[in-house]
Amino acid sequence: MTDTPILALENARISYFGRAGEVNVIPGLSFALAPGEALGLVGESGCGKSTVALSIVRYLGRAGRIVGGRIVFEGRDIAAMTESELRAMRGRRVAMVYQDPMASLNPVMTVGRQLMEVPMLHEGLDERAARARALEMLAEVRLQDGESVLGRYPHQLSGGQQQRIVIAMALIAEPALLIMDEPTTGLDVTVEAAVLDLVRELRQRHDTSVLFISHNLGTVVRVCDRIGVMYAGELVEEGSIRQVFKNPRHPYTRGLLDCLPSLGRDKRQAPLVPIPGQVAPALARPVGCGFASRCAHVEPGPCTSHAIPVLPLADEAGHQVQCVRAAELLRWERKRSAGGAVTERPSGEITLKIDGLEKLYRQRRGLFGSGRAPVRALNGIDLVATRGETLAIVGESGCGKSTLAKVLAGLETASAGHVQLEGTEVASARVESRPLALKRTIQMVFQNPDSTLNPSHSAGYAIGRALRRLRRLSGSDEASEVTRLLDVVKLPPELAGRKPDRLSGGQKQRVAIARALAGNPDVIVADEPVSALDVSVQASIINLLNEIQAERDATLIFISHDLSVVRYLADHVAVMYLGAVVEFGRATDVFAPPFHPYTEALLSAVPVPDPDAQGARIVLEGPLPSATELPTGCPFTTRCPRRVGAICDETPPPEQALPGGHRIACHISGEELARLQNARARE
Amino acid sequence: MTAIRHSTTATVGVAIVLAWVVLAGLAPLLAPYAPNATDLAALANTTPSRAHWLGTDHLGRDILSRILWGARPVLVIAPLAVLGATALGSLLGLAAGYKRGWLDLAVTRACDIVLSFPVIILYMIILTHFGSSAWNIIGVLTLTKAPIIARIVRGLTLELREREYVAAAKMRGESSLYIMLVEILPNARGPLIVDMCLRTGYNIIIIGVLGFLGIGLPPPDPDWGGMVKDTYGMMSVWPHMALFPCAAISSLVIGFNLLAVGLREIGLRD
Repeated sequence: MTDTPILALENARISYFGRAGEVNVIPGLSFALAPGEALGLVGESGCGKSTVALSIVRYLGRAGRIVGGRIVFEGRDIAAMTESELRAMRGRRVAMVYQDPMASLNPVMTVGRQLMEVPMLHEGLDERAARARALEMLAEVRLQDGESVLGRYPHQLSGGQQQRIVIAMALIAEPALLIMDEPTTGLDVTVEAAVLDLVRELRQRHDTSVLFISHNLGTVVRVCDRIGVMYAGELVEEGSIRQVFKNPRHPYTRGLLDCLPSLGRDKRQAPLVPIPGQVAPALARPVGCGFASRCAHVEPGPCTSHAIPVLPLADEAGHQVQCVRAAELLRWERKRSAGGAVTERPSGEITLKIDGLEKLYRQRRGLFGSGRAPVRALNGIDLVATRGETLAIVGESGCGKSTLAKVLAGLETASAGHVQLEGTEVASARVESRPLALKRTIQMVFQNPDSTLNPSHSAGYAIGRALRRLRRLSGSDEASEVTRLLDVVKLPPELAGRKPDRLSGGQKQRVAIARALAGNPDVIVADEPVSALDVSVQASIINLLNEIQAERDATLIFISHDLSVVRYLADHVAVMYLGAVVEFGRATDVFAPPFHPYTEALLSAVPVPDPDAQGARIVLEGPLPSATELPTGCPFTTRCPRRVGAICDETPPPEQALPGGHRIACHISGEELARLQNARARE
Repeated sequence: MTAIRHSTTATVGVAIVLAWVVLAGLAPLLAPYAPNATDLAALANTTPSRAHWLGTDHLGRDILSRILWGARPVLVIAPLAVLGATALGSLLGLAAGYKRGWLDLAVTRACDIVLSFPVIILYMIILTHFGSSAWNIIGVLTLTKAPIIARIVRGLTLELREREYVAAAKMRGESSLYIMLVEILPNARGPLIVDMCLRTGYNIIIIGVLGFLGIGLPPPDPDWGGMVKDTYGMMSVWPHMALFPCAAISSLVIGFNLLAVGLREIGLRD
């Protein structure tokens, strides 16, 4: 690391100027990036990660400005560059990859044109040479059949393919620095794993420096050498991946690690520890440590009276922390489950029984269109949930898990099959035609905190209205019940008068939970309730759901794509793939071999925030079949790494019953799967 | 209301509109002459003078007084017609967008038919048949403008009906009417209010056109469009007779347009 850094921030101060005057988002940030090095920046939303990324290419828009310090790239001060110098630098020396690939690609140009444009513009190559380069690059990002990909438009590619194209576009000019801002956040976990591996490999081959911004600690471990933890615009801890993850010294870093559910944690063993409070707005920056108001180790005086210096740790070179108490804190221990005996609760009566459930979406004909094959969203689902348990449904986007939730809730009706809710058949009963008692039985918590509450109504109205409709309460009964429900979800009663625009994401989701609880439901369906929230908030909502469910002895149907959360929360797990349940069983059984090959791939793809737990990943190759033309055999056959042969394509797999109610739909026997998978784990 | 002060455009728009409202409201006090009073002495020279600031028309009537009095029907009819069209159009758009199916088809086709009809011909047929009165003008404007509002509201409803809070309302057993009026409509109000301002301006133009065609408010009471119609033949000699009422129409329309643009800016900013 004696090289001159390719990028250096020297006490950079960045502000936005708006109606409220100057808002200082980054009060003074310093870090350096050596050639070929990858630095991860992590932190919750609103910590200034993206502002840093944008400021490096001076892309802050009219409102943002670098008001102090220097940002030096390849020895030149960014702030002093002219517009044309900046243009020459952007794209050629520095390339950026953003979260949404569709926003980086031009929808009316073929992918090939967009790729070829880069070398033609920056290096003056002719068409033919540029085309050759583009093809080379496509091979590097592992897109098969490059010739045909070049002729396609962005919408003809999947999300993972689009992000590969964006990465190819970024790397085709051989930039010295690649800035990636949440590049895998919108992708499914198996696709994410493949993209992360690709980034790591490419950066080593091209010797490109990478600034990798993410809220997900696990993805940073996979790609980066060093990590910087940002809080409220400041770099509170910086060091090598191993240093920071093995010996985190800043309370915020520890908080982030403690609130993450991981594959080794279970709700009965190690509770999640949420970070209390939320990031203070940049306008009201406190004196001293920005994290003080949320910190468990805060000491009034040293922490709150003056600016906190960044101190290197004596025994670890390159590891530095912005905390006055860093040296006093005890060594951090990763919370691990004790393993072994888990007290099984006796299974209660069955509240929900799903039998052969199917849902077809007929595609509407246009005025002159002809009929098309229907989309098979659910393809014969059999599931059972008992009172007081959490049944998690996992799968990647498009597997039908949200459709299942809608059928249960009565927002959609099934095309075939049965759903029995507390003994009543509801598969074909829309919610409008369900009697009041049944409406009260099942309630739903939705995914998006910004759309779950009506922006025109206050929190109190949302809850009160549910009480009036479901429990026929009114007047002071209603008002006192609203207060009680707010208390159940740990919100102060004053919040009742607030409209959603004055609530944070976590508060909105709490109000939505209170609304769902208004009718005292026996079954709560939660469709990705935490996936749009920051990790610290996520932990508190998960704890809340857990607590409420235990207290009410309700059944929680928890739908998620996040296996770590599911591992933590679920009693039973159903893994879905293309409208079918490929594996079902107790969480302890599903998360241990034998797995269905799809479950195995999903688990191997989960980014784990632990440098010691980086196993080999199973990369799913092959196309995802369209939901209009499912394979006649196993739905997973086109991508399965353990495909046995023609039998997989032709015959639907048998449902193998293993001990403990564990079911796997696969042609390979349970013992054989366990043997293969244990062998792989030992490698 | 405080938001309006942050947008210069909206502030100017509000100022123009409010100025006209005050002038119209105080017309009985401000107008120097009765609107229909003729000053035969002024006929010798109809151009602006100390006695008649904006001159007189070909019958010797004071143009300033007639413009002030003429603002009153315009400022009543145009907004009322917009309110009518918004109410009718919102209901149709909500029902079509929320219920979908045959109702959607019926409403959109009916709107297409009304919108594909040459409106001026429609105005002439209806107003000559039923007679030209303030209520009939309001009625005819409501009917012809409602389809446009219905289209806007239908588009917004199609998007808003998929929101999770609508699903939550269904799950607690709300009626369709409640969902449409209480859950969806309030969230469509931003674009609707902007459109109402724009449409008020357009309605003022149409009222002027109706007056110009002679199917506006019946004479002799002053009507801006009618004033232009009576005097445009004398444009080459006495341009002020037609130009001042035209300027009145333009300024009021511009006021409403600026207000609409400003409100849109505010909406985009928040």
